[in-house]
Amino acid sequence: MKMKNIRFSRKQLCIPYALFLFCFVILPLAVIVYYAFTDGSGRFTLANLLSFFSNGNTIGTLCYSLVIAAVVTLVCLLIAYPVAYVLARSGLKRAPVILMLFIMPMWINFTLRLTALKEILTVLEGNLSLHPFLNTVIAMTYDFLPFMILPLYTTLLQLDESLLEAASDLGAGPAAVFFRVTLPLSMPGVISGVTMTFLPAMTNYVILDMIYNSTYIMGSLIGSYFNIYDWNNGSMISLILFGVICIITLITGKGDRNNAENRGAIL
Amino acid sequence: MRTEKKTEKLFRLRNQELRLAKAVIAGALALLIIPVPAAFSGNTALTVSVASGEESGQAENGGKSSKEKVTLRIANWEEYIDEGDWDEEEAIELEDEENTVILGENSMVEDFEEWYRETYGIEVDVEYSTFGTNEDLYNQLTLGNDFDLVCPSEYMFMKLIAEDRLQPLSEEFFDEETEENYYIRGVSDYIRNIFDTNTINGEPWSRYAAGYMWGTTGIVYNPEEITKEEASHWAILADPKYRGQVTIKDNVRDSYFAALGILNEDELLDPEFLRSPDRLERIAEVMNRTDEKTVAAAEDILKQMKENAYSFESDSGKADMVTGKVLANYQWSGDAVYTLDQAEIDDYYLAYAVPEECTNVWFDGWVMLKDGIDGDAAKQQAAEAFINFMSRPDNVVRNMYYIGYTSVIAGGDSDIIYAYADWCYGAEEDAEDTFEYPVGFFFSGDNSDPDYVITAESDQADRQLFAQYPPQDVLERAVVMQYFDKENNQRINQMWVNVRCFDLTSLSWQDWAKIGAGVVVLLAAVLIFLKRDDIFRKR
Repeated sequence: MKMKNIRFSRKQLCIPYALFLFCFVILPLAVIVYYAFTDGSGRFTLANLLSFFSNGNTIGTLCYSLVIAAVVTLVCLLIAYPVAYVLARSGLKRAPVILMLFIMPMWINFTLRLTALKEILTVLEGNLSLHPFLNTVIAMTYDFLPFMILPLYTTLLQLDESLLEAASDLGAGPAAVFFRVTLPLSMPGVISGVTMTFLPAMTNYVILDMIYNSTYIMGSLIGSYFNIYDWNNGSMISLILFGVICIITLITGKGDRNNAENRGAIL
Repeated sequence: MRTEKKTEKLFRLRNQELRLAKAVIAGALALLIIPVPAAFSGNTALTVSVASGEESGQAENGGKSSKEKVTLRIANWEEYIDEGDWDEEEAIELEDEENTVILGENSMVEDFEEWYRETYGIEVDVEYSTFGTNEDLYNQLTLGNDFDLVCPSEYMFMKLIAEDRLQPLSEEFFDEETEENYYIRGVSDYIRNIFDTNTINGEPWSRYAAGYMWGTTGIVYNPEEITKEEASHWAILADPKYRGQVTIKDNVRDSYFAALGILNEDELLDPEFLRSPDRLERIAEVMNRTDEKTVAAAEDILKQMKENAYSFESDSGKADMVTGKVLANYQWSGDAVYTLDQAEIDDYYLAYAVPEECTNVWFDGWVMLKDGIDGDAAKQQAAEAFINFMSRPDNVVRNMYYIGYTSVIAGGDSDIIYAYADWCYGAEEDAEDTFEYPVGFFFSGDNSDPDYVITAESDQADRQLFAQYPPQDVLERAVVMQYFDKENNQRINQMWVNVRCFDLTSLSWQDWAKIGAGVVVLLAAVLIFLKRDDIFRKR
């Protein structure tokens, strides 16, 4: 009964989240920056930054992570788009059931799923260690596919049917309708799908460990430095990864804005 | 018969896993249920708070009534102590002088609390926790998690000694006249010698550390595919003949040791070297080299091994070996025994070999932390008593049975531990193919001691018995890998990072061509998408 009389202002409602943000996002980030630019005894240094970029091996791992992430994202996109399109546009009666089939693996713990995948791949390939790159791409695609399908499905479902009809009425063939109306309108879904697969694919080293790819990606490189108590180099590499991710998000975000303008042009 | 015993043991382990799972589920349910009524009904919330009030009151009373109570905070490896709860049928009936029967009813920790109360008249409360890796433990200690007694591997307690974080063991602990000093009265002379002679910053290990379990490193292999001769050299780990068929340890120290074994194979197997009276010292010198040239050469070998290996593993190797995915597996002797046992259940016979060049003898040992003990004599006494209790021969057998590793304790006056080894590996009376396996080197310091000869089935020469109690010739090439100082450590760690990173120079021009083609296709697709309006307009 008393509860009814209590009113919270917007500012007050934000306090819990602001506290959370400060304690678990801002503060740790500050600590990382501090460690990244100091040496073991706490003096300011750029040596950590230089040692990353002067070592061919660490640069190699950065490239390797980027390539893995790019390939995984591309494969996910190529598989997910047709699926999402069919599910959302073709008016299948059982579409929700099929969608459920794609989502359901997410309900099972991913280490368990990977163990199963490992066995399947062993049967198919004979020996897992012969194709580490291929296995990594398969395992990551398997794991991240739902994250690509879901946003695509949602945007395609919300697509205004009348726009497509208008396009055909004005003389566009099916291909033109797809490339000039459907695809541009689904770009927000594509971009959120890409962000949700690309970023974890660069760092998720548990998958590499489980699938026996013994080459480090960025995530495992950071982990290995922290394991040998070299928090300074580990923090610096985290920061470098943070920078790479920022750049990629900026590029995709820019693409998104261009699209918003394009959409206006179509309308 | 032995196989049956082992099967029972494994079954028991599985039972325990089930019990654990049940407990976890029950706990999770409890967590789910408690907040619900508390949130929705004011009455329940009130009851809860009253109940918790009572509880805290009780705790206070309890605190007052026994001021003497000592709290001992112990951290040990996961599943590295007997947790009790054995079935009746599991009782081990030893054939020692007193026909001792070993049965773990309660957990070792509970038994210790009771024993300490009865022996010293002081209440002790053990807070027992576990860790997964040495690095884990070290990070916990650094982040301010206080423990009194921990059980890291030798290189980690060397690091802790070097950093002056350990409390030395008291003089009383080494008094062999005291009945309760089971550790010093029972520890094997072989182990004791190692703990006395290995020093760090001029101080012997034994000043700070008491051993718990020990073993060698070697190769678990499938004898049908790989000969014993091949498995008895480190080179098998880099042999292109077994590409994708061997696993390597995913940590820098073990891998570096194997790489040095391959690098120095010729020197280590030179007849002059083998005959030299100070062979062991010379092996130790060779295997602890960390100069730039050696590290660079090891880096090349490790890169080769990486190309050649099935996986770098810290745990999965055992399962991959048992399921036949790999033919050879770089392994610690304790886990080798486990792997062999597991395979045996499926009637799949594996073997264990220790490389001819040398092996790394490893230890897990009890050490007390300065920060934890904090000058509290009562606490230190309890910690040392715990080490002694764990070294009491019957408890040693319980732990060994539960964990499957080899204790550093030989038993001293008691023959229980030897009787247990005989119970595990001694051949049945009617067995046909047997041989005499001397274990005197470990038990009495004299390998020809006729009291310590196990008559085992002959395949045990390459199997569990060999892994658990290495013969004298193996121990004569078993060296300790030292803890390296900061500079050398950094060099080795950087080398390891280089090995594991992606080497751009390893790409051939074909690879570059493929990558280039991929990028071109991708760029073309993006370009077509961006210029789609122009393209379609022209059509």
